[in-house]
Amino acid sequence: MYSFIARRIAIAIPTILLLIVFSFLLMEAAPGSPFATERGVPPEVLANLEKKYGLDRPLIERMGIYVWNVVTQFDFGPSFKFKDRTVNDLIAQGFPVTLTYGIWSFVVAVAVGGTLGVLAAIYHNSWLDYLAVGISIGAQVLPNFVMAPILVLIFTLWLGWLPGGGWRGGQWEYLILPVIALSTSYMASIARITRSSMLEVLNAGFIRTARAKGLPMRRVILRHAMKPALLPVISYLGPAFVGMITGSVLIDVFFSTGGIGQFFVNSALSRDYSVIMGITILIGTLTVTFNLVVDILYAWIDPKIRY
Amino acid sequence: MLLEVDDLAVAFRTADGTVNAVNGLSLRLEAGGTLAIVGESGSGKSQTAFAIMGLLARNGEATGSVRLDGKELLGLSPRELNKVRAAQAAMIFQDPMTSLNPYLRVGDQMAEVLTLHKGMSRREAMTESAAMLDAVRIPDAASRLRMYPHEFSGGMRQRIMIAMALLCRPRLLIADEPTTALDVTVQAQIMELLSEIRAEFGTAIVLITHDLGIVADTCERTVVMYGGRVMEQGATETLFERPSHPYTLGLLKAVPRLDIDQDELETIPGDPPDMSRLPKGCPFTPRCGFAMERCGRIQPPLTEWSGRLRACHADPEVVR
Repeated sequence: MYSFIARRIAIAIPTILLLIVFSFLLMEAAPGSPFATERGVPPEVLANLEKKYGLDRPLIERMGIYVWNVVTQFDFGPSFKFKDRTVNDLIAQGFPVTLTYGIWSFVVAVAVGGTLGVLAAIYHNSWLDYLAVGISIGAQVLPNFVMAPILVLIFTLWLGWLPGGGWRGGQWEYLILPVIALSTSYMASIARITRSSMLEVLNAGFIRTARAKGLPMRRVILRHAMKPALLPVISYLGPAFVGMITGSVLIDVFFSTGGIGQFFVNSALSRDYSVIMGITILIGTLTVTFNLVVDILYAWIDPKIRY
Repeated sequence: MLLEVDDLAVAFRTADGTVNAVNGLSLRLEAGGTLAIVGESGSGKSQTAFAIMGLLARNGEATGSVRLDGKELLGLSPRELNKVRAAQAAMIFQDPMTSLNPYLRVGDQMAEVLTLHKGMSRREAMTESAAMLDAVRIPDAASRLRMYPHEFSGGMRQRIMIAMALLCRPRLLIADEPTTALDVTVQAQIMELLSEIRAEFGTAIVLITHDLGIVADTCERTVVMYGGRVMEQGATETLFERPSHPYTLGLLKAVPRLDIDQDELETIPGDPPDMSRLPKGCPFTPRCGFAMERCGRIQPPLTEWSGRLRACHADPEVVR
């Protein structure tokens, strides 16, 4: 097991390195400039700016410096747009916000989606099943840019129970609406995957054996069906978790939460290369990490996987 | 009588209408006895077993009466039924590859039967499980308990299934095609093991199979099913020596023989019946060489003839 984990980490490191190099080259190849404005910048000013940010040096040298700084000091350099602020500052400011509502969204999506899926499978073709499927389809077809305004309309404008935006250091009343808006579509996917995989497992021969042994249904489900039914869910949860903790542009923009989702889009629009790269690398690294976690969970659950 | 089944019917509600898998089946099995239920795929033999154990699919319903040691099993609450399962009646299945949980250690799967039904501690249950693996001739039993099902061969897995079924010393073991998924040499070993177990533990066995060779070797009594109905039933020897039902006759003729020179295997012409559209009379009528006009209209009752029960309008003297 430990050598399996070590080997997987050994593969993950070059993956992340490649990701850094590729995002650097991609930004290099992209047209436009962070300093371009509609009026145009005098060549002398541009030359000065490029000198200040080190853009006058050869590509290889800049890439070498960038990769070196990222790898050794986790330093993503200064932002091209926000003066006097580094990418690290921006991430340090925005990521805790996204992380907070992301983790809550994950918890809600897994708890509600998982429960709905399992119940729907156990009570297959009953009203409970239809209700669960109905809810998850409804949640799936409502994109969060529709969901968010509806939530604000109901809970802020009509009922006046919850604030329609803001963050205030993540107080719970500011969390609820972003968490619901972000988690619903994930919740729906989790419910659907759980239901179909649970249905399949409940028809398996070993479940019949467990019942023939006289085990109570609760024990059959929890002990015999749960583990295999969760495998497909887990492989979905890795990327879904990353998706949630890196937030959503829409949530940040709509609820003014100030997470990194909004920096990501703004930086892309304003060609703020270092911020784009910083967030890309952050998301990429998280993705690689949680895929690794999924692989380890798989190996732990399924004895047939050799490591 | 250990097992008394009377007028058992199993029906499934499906989108295409009601499928009558078993229609009015009755049988008896005494303690320690052996009974074979034979028939081709879809004859209702497996559903009979599932109905006895209360393991029918959710859309299935069993009516009639199934009594084990005089106790009615149909209509028991899940809780009551769970006490009967494993403790008094156990079942093993066709495919040992899928019948064991691939995600749990063999020892855990066995031990839970004992902790649940006998209230044993985990340690006691493990010791007992190892002893039972030993009894089904699995070498090095204690260390095998820590292994997962995929680490065993098919024959070994079926041995584990048998051991698991026997943990509570049930008085009835239902074996649903226990050797179908295994190769021939392993089949013989498993059948031998079942015979030994019957001798050692006094367990009565209901063997569900389409392999008549196995039946001839191991079972005292035989029920021949077709289209969810009993065609003929009686002592195995009697039935095999002088089949009196056209279907039994066809089955026995279809067994390949080595002692005579055969160019072609005998078959029963036609297809198994559509269980949702059974004929009013005898389900075998369309394939029967002895069929008469009334066969398709009137279900022949089970009547006694020469030491067995048969359901056929044709004169038994003619069926040869």
